Amino acid sequence: MSLDDLYRRVIMDHYKTPRNKGKFEDDGSVSIDLNNPTCGDRISLQLQFQDGVVAGAKFEGEGCSISLASASMMTDAIKGKTFVEAIRMADDFSSLMKGEAAEFEYEDIEALSGVSKFPARIKCATLAWNALRKGIEHS
Amino acid sequence: MMDAIVREQFPILHQHINGHPLIYLDSAATSQKPQRVIEAVKRYYELDNANVHRGVHTLGSRATDAYEGAREKLARFIGAGSAHEIVFTRGTTTAINLVAFGYARHVLQEGDEIVITPMEHHSNLIPWQQVAKATGAVLKYIPLQDDGSISLQDVEEAVTDRTKIVAMVYVSNLLGVINPINEVAKIAHKHGAKLLVDGAQSTPHMKIDVQELDCDFYALSGHKMCGPTGIGALYGKKELLEAMQPIEFGGEMIDHVDLYDSTWKDAPWRFEGGTPIIAGAVGLGEAIDFLTEIGMDRIAEHDKRLTDYAVNRLLEIDDVAIYGPLRDRTGLVTFNLADVHPHDIATVLDAEGVAIRAGHHCCQPLTRWLGVTATARASFYLYNTEADIDRLVASILKAKEYFGHVIG
Repeated sequence: MSLDDLYRRVIMDHYKTPRNKGKFEDDGSVSIDLNNPTCGDRISLQLQFQDGVVAGAKFEGEGCSISLASASMMTDAIKGKTFVEAIRMADDFSSLMKGEAAEFEYEDIEALSGVSKFPARIKCATLAWNALRKGIEHS
Repeated sequence: MMDAIVREQFPILHQHINGHPLIYLDSAATSQKPQRVIEAVKRYYELDNANVHRGVHTLGSRATDAYEGAREKLARFIGAGSAHEIVFTRGTTTAINLVAFGYARHVLQEGDEIVITPMEHHSNLIPWQQVAKATGAVLKYIPLQDDGSISLQDVEEAVTDRTKIVAMVYVSNLLGVINPINEVAKIAHKHGAKLLVDGAQSTPHMKIDVQELDCDFYALSGHKMCGPTGIGALYGKKELLEAMQPIEFGGEMIDHVDLYDSTWKDAPWRFEGGTPIIAGAVGLGEAIDFLTEIGMDRIAEHDKRLTDYAVNRLLEIDDVAIYGPLRDRTGLVTFNLADVHPHDIATVLDAEGVAIRAGHHCCQPLTRWLGVTATARASFYLYNTEADIDRLVASILKAKEYFGHVIG
């Protein structure tokens, strides 16, 4: 397995210049803090909901390139999606991590397919998506 | 210098990972096992397996002799006064929990103090948090020096007449620092406190004499010293084990059982409820023979020399930060490479066949104290060589180049 399959250019781009990094000023958003207790990765995700739609998402966190790039992509991809669509996307992402084929309207996500071949890193990639699931459950 | 014959005895090391010969640098997490330990466990199951302390038949006697024989070997190995001072446990965590809930839980009163350090592994931290909550005792910390070591003056200041327990790691699994246990024991005893030593990382790397250290309790794990997983031990001074209460109840640990009440066996058996980890103890006994034949002093010298070599080689790399004191440490080097996350370093190293650990190493408070969220750790044992460290350094340079190019 080549490292280049894991560290695709688009992943490193999200890592270097993460989208949606920061915090919303208002307090109308839902906040979810999630840790990866085995390795110390941490994400603080904020979601804005409007009429059953994810209106906005921001995150702060600490972690490796895979976990931060995944958070960057996820927060971009779910904007404007209904809860059902967002959860379906999270399910598709789980499939991608199992090495199954999955297509995403937000194509950058597919660059993470290589993670499925690095079992120890799957939990890095799924942290942000798990936070999303929690946030939607709480809404 | 360890000869190649030592390394030859570890079958797992003779394989390729991702197309490269395996370089195993994660012995602080768990050590590899020599063939004779694997064989001893196999032989036990093939020839001697039976339950202990009950069978009248021959196999029952053989299994009991093997199990109790391992207890005697371990007692000698760590310098205990007698085998009756050795309780077999699942590992260091279980051993410390036994002291926390079988001993400390019963002697601590509201306002009493438990003194620990911020460098403790979670296994020597969470039990004390829990027992402090249960008793109203206060958890106090000895502060760390800038390099992660502790000063005896700070120990003097932290330990008072209200201190009942001092719990401290001998060798830190993150900093590699060796704590001055002997002096800490003197300070603790001056105030009537008992000292528990977390020996998970020290027992594999140096000669241990619990009577010389004068600690009251000493916890260790078999799997970090060439033994199987699932077996460890608690050493406790005889009178303390006799005063300690069991925390697991059931078969094996009882003396007389009535419908509404029961009495316990003597220590150490009263702390070993249920069928014990017999094959694990047999394997640990064999590991002790193996280590003793090589000589703990020789192993200590080897591990120390490798650690010094690794520190020096890593210091040659620009952008590498090493955590903990540069000297007076053993067995491991913890580091970071500029802004490259340790997981990413570990993945690149794994692609080169080099196995290291990345994360918080079960030391979240210490990792925060270092001002980072994670670190990379290379740890060494008797089967490692300087060539392994050269491979480590070459792989780190590769990681640096790889991410230097991609991150820019």
